[in-house]
Amino acid sequence: MTATTAEARPPELRLPKRRGVELSLLIGAVLISVYGYAAVGLARNDAVPPDVSGYGAGLGLLALLAHLAVRFRAPFADPLLLPIAVLLNGLGLVLIYRLDLETPSDRAATPQLVWSTLGVAFFIAVVVLLRDHRVLQRYAYLSVATALVLMTVPIFFPAVNGAKIWIRVGGLSFQPGEFAKILLAVFFAAYLAANRNALAYTGRRIWKLQLPTGRVLGPIVTIWLLSVGVLILERDLGTSLLFFGLFVILLYVATGRTGWIAVGLLLAAAGAFVVGSFEPHVHSRVQDWLDPYASIDAGQGPGQLAQSLFAFAAGGIFGTGLGLGHSILIGFAAKSDFILATAGEELGLAGLTAVFLLYTLLVARGYRAGLALRDPFGRLLSIGLASILALQVFVIAGGVMGLIPLTGMAMPFLAQGGSSVVTNWIIVALLIRVSDVARTPRPDQPPGVIAPVVEQEPPDLGPHGRSGR
Amino acid sequence: MIRYIRHAAAFCLLLLVALLANAARVQVFEADELNGNPANRRTTIDRYDQPRGDILVGDESVTGSKDTGEQLAFERTYRHGPLYAPVTGYASQTYGTSLLENAEDDILSGTAPILAPLPLWGDVTHSRQPGGNVVTTVDDAVQRAAYEGLGGRRGAVAALDPATGRILALVSSPSYDPGVLSGTGSSVTDAWARLNRSAARPMLNRAIRQTYPPGSTFKIVTAAAALDAGVVKDPDAETDTPSPYVLPGTSTTLPDEARGCERASLAEAIRVSCNTVMAHLGVQVGLEGMLDAVGRFGYNDDGLDIPSRVARSNFDRDMSDDQLAQSSIGQFDTTATPLQMAMVASAVANGGELRRPHLVDRVTNAAGGTVRRGDGDSHRRAMEPATADRLQRMMVDVVENGTGTNAAIDGVRVGGKTGTAQHGVDNSGSPYAWFISWAQDPDSGRPAVAVAVVVEDASAHRADISGGGSAAPIARAVMEAALDG
Repeated sequence: MTATTAEARPPELRLPKRRGVELSLLIGAVLISVYGYAAVGLARNDAVPPDVSGYGAGLGLLALLAHLAVRFRAPFADPLLLPIAVLLNGLGLVLIYRLDLETPSDRAATPQLVWSTLGVAFFIAVVVLLRDHRVLQRYAYLSVATALVLMTVPIFFPAVNGAKIWIRVGGLSFQPGEFAKILLAVFFAAYLAANRNALAYTGRRIWKLQLPTGRVLGPIVTIWLLSVGVLILERDLGTSLLFFGLFVILLYVATGRTGWIAVGLLLAAAGAFVVGSFEPHVHSRVQDWLDPYASIDAGQGPGQLAQSLFAFAAGGIFGTGLGLGHSILIGFAAKSDFILATAGEELGLAGLTAVFLLYTLLVARGYRAGLALRDPFGRLLSIGLASILALQVFVIAGGVMGLIPLTGMAMPFLAQGGSSVVTNWIIVALLIRVSDVARTPRPDQPPGVIAPVVEQEPPDLGPHGRSGR
Repeated sequence: MIRYIRHAAAFCLLLLVALLANAARVQVFEADELNGNPANRRTTIDRYDQPRGDILVGDESVTGSKDTGEQLAFERTYRHGPLYAPVTGYASQTYGTSLLENAEDDILSGTAPILAPLPLWGDVTHSRQPGGNVVTTVDDAVQRAAYEGLGGRRGAVAALDPATGRILALVSSPSYDPGVLSGTGSSVTDAWARLNRSAARPMLNRAIRQTYPPGSTFKIVTAAAALDAGVVKDPDAETDTPSPYVLPGTSTTLPDEARGCERASLAEAIRVSCNTVMAHLGVQVGLEGMLDAVGRFGYNDDGLDIPSRVARSNFDRDMSDDQLAQSSIGQFDTTATPLQMAMVASAVANGGELRRPHLVDRVTNAAGGTVRRGDGDSHRRAMEPATADRLQRMMVDVVENGTGTNAAIDGVRVGGKTGTAQHGVDNSGSPYAWFISWAQDPDSGRPAVAVAVVVEDASAHRADISGGGSAAPIARAVMEAALDG
C-alpha cells in the first residue's frame, strides 16, 4: 500500500517501473488466497484441504504469467492493478469453494478456476497484442454494433431464472451482455472524445440549459436507448442501470455540463418509478427493498433479501470465520449475486470493508490513469472502465445489503460466473494498458500537447465545426 | 476535463461511503435485531449444533442427545420418556420447549451467562458454552411407584420432602414420550397433532397445570384455619353443627354421607369426613380468616415456579356465606393442583412450616461443577406448631381408624385424608378421588414424605371411586418408596 503514495510527478521525470512492487504484492495476494482456502478446510474438517498446494501453485502460476506479460509488454503499468485483481479473484474462489461444501451436488469452484484461467489468458492476450489503446478508437462503430448484437442474441434463447441474458450452447452457458459493457465503454469514449466540444458548446440555450443539437446527441442517445431497451426486454435491470450510469458519467466528464445531466437523471428517475410501479418483476424487487421482512410477517418465511441481511448481521464486526457461517440459507444465487453475503458473514464488517477498499483502490487507479493520460479517448476509456467497476460494485453490494432495490448482477471477480470473470480480466488488462501509456515518460513531448487525432474517422461521426459562442 | 474527472471520482467516493455506512448499519447497528429475528434460522442452527445438556434424576441422566447429521444436528432423546415427561417436558426443534426443558433452557443450551468462564464472555465472543446439566430433586423409586400406581389411569401424583420442599415425584397420567417431538418433519407434526387431539390430553401436566376441586382433602385447610383462629379450642369437643346442615341464607341443605356427624367434634369430622361440621366451621372462621389461611398454604398464588409455573389454586375472594360453606369443604369454586394439596400435607407434617417446593437440586456445567443450587431455603409458616400437632394426630387417626386405612404402613406413622370431589354441571361428572398423606419413620425426627394423589377415572363406578379406595393405595406405594430411599 505504501507504493501508492510513491507516485512521483511531474511526468517529465523518469518514473520507476515498480514491477518488483507488483511481484511482491502478487505473492501476498496469492498467499492470502491460499491461507483462506486452508482456513476453510481447517474450520470444516480440522484439516488443510489436500489440494491446497495445487490450488496455490495454479493461482501462483496464473499470477506469474500475468505478471510476466505486464513486465515485458507494459513495463510502466500501475503496479497495484494486477495484485488487486488476483486477490479478489482468489478470494472469490475461496468463497465459492466454501459454499461448494454446502452443496455437494453442485460444485462451482473448479469451473470458476477454469474460467479464471481463461480470463487471465484474455488478460495476457490483451496486454501483449494491444500495443496502444488508441487503436480501439478506430473501431468505435464496430464495437457498438457487436455490443448490440451480443445483447440481442439472448432474446432468442430461453429465460434462465426470469432473465434472458444467457446463451446456452451444449453444456456451456455464456452471458454476452458482460462483454457488451467493454464494447459500449469503448464506443462512448470514442464518440464523446471526438464530439465533446460540439456537445458542450453547440445547440440552443433554453433558460440556463445548453442543449446540444440533435445531430450530435442523436446517435449516442439512440445507442443508449437501444441498449437499455434491450436489457429491459431481457429483464436485466442491473446492467441497464450500469449502462445508464456509465453514459451519464462519461457525458459529464466529456462535457462538464451538469444541467442536462440533471435533466437526464430526473427522466431516468421518472422512468425507474414507472417501471418499478408497473413491471411486475421490478415491482416485486422494489417491494422487497421497502420491506425485506414482509414475507416473514406473511408467514412464508424469510425471502432472499431478508436471508442476505441476516447473513450480514450474523457476521457482525469480525465475522464468524471462513467456513463457519450459514449464508447458504440464502439458497438460490448464493454463489453468484449474493456472494458478498458470505464475505460479510464470515469475514465481518472488517473483511467487507477491506473488500470494498480493494475495489475502491482498483477504481481509483483507473481514475488516476485517466487523469495522467493526455488523449481524451484514453481518459474517457479509463474513466469508463473504472466507473463500470465502481457502479457494478455499488449496484450489487447496495442491492444485497438493502441500500437500493436488488438487481441481479455479478460482484466483479468474487461472484461465480464465467463471462463476468473473463470480462473483468479484460477490463483490468485495458486499465493496465492505459496506465502503462499514462506513466510512460515522454521527455520529447511537451506537456499539454493536443491528443493525436484519429486518422480514419467515419464521415458521419459528427460535426466538427466549433460554433463560437 | 480534469476537473470533471475529479468530480466523477468524488461521486464514486460517495458511493463507497454509502456502502460502508450501510454495511455498518446492517452489521453493527441493526445486527442484534436481525440476529434475534425469529425467522433467522442461525439461532436455531447454533442451538442444535452441540449436544444439549442433560436432566438428571439422582446420578442417572433421563435425557440424551443424538447427532442426526442434518442441518439441525443434535436431537433430544429421552430414556424413560413417559415416566419423566411431567418433569422434563419436551425439547423440540419444531415446537420449542416445555417444563424443565423450557425453564432451564439457557443452561441446557449453553447460553446462560453463569456457564461462561468469564463475565460477559458470551456477549463478547458470541459463543455458546457446552450445555450444562440440571440435577433434579426427583427420586427415581418414588417417581416409578407413583407412575406404576396410576397405571395409565387419568390422574396425577405429587410427592414432596416436607422438611426441604424437594419434589420427590411429579407424575401425570396418561403420559407421552416427548422424544417423538424432538426433531422436525412430518412424523413430528403428526405426533404433535395426535397428542393434542387425544381426549386423554397426555401432554397436560396434571400434577402442576391442572386444578381439581379438592373435595374433602380441603377440610385439613379449613381445620387449620379453625384451630388457628380459635374457633375450635378443643378438637375433641362437640360442635353445634346439625346434620344435615342448612346453608346460611338459603333453604339448601348440605347432607353428610358419613354417619355420626350430628354435632361431631372436629377430630371426628376429619376422621369420618363430615361435610356439615367443616362447612359450618368455615363459615364461623369467616371469609377474611379463610382467605388468610388458604393464602398461607399457597392458594390464590399466581407466581409459584418450581421452576416451571404452577397453575393457580383458587379460593374465591368474594363469596356469600353459603358459598363460603361449600368452598370450605373443597367444593364450589375451590380448586387445587395436586402439588398444592401435597403442600398442604407437607405443611402439616413439617410442624406447620411450609417449605417452598422445588424441582431443581443444582445446576452444573458440562464438566460437572456446580454453578447454581436450588432454592431450598425459602419457607413460611402455614399454621401454628400446635395446630400442626393436632392436625397430625387427626390425620393419623384417619389412616388408623377412619376413611384412609388403605394407606396404613406397618411400623410407620402415616397421616392422611381422603377426598371425593364432585364436579361438572350439577355434579354430573364422574367424581375425582383424592388422597393426601404424609409418612414419618418413628425413629426419625422428621417426616419423610408428603404426597397428594388424584385419580379421575371416568370409567369407574361412582361408588367405587373414592379417595380411600382408588387413591390411598397409590399414596401408600409412593410413601413406601420414599421411606425406603
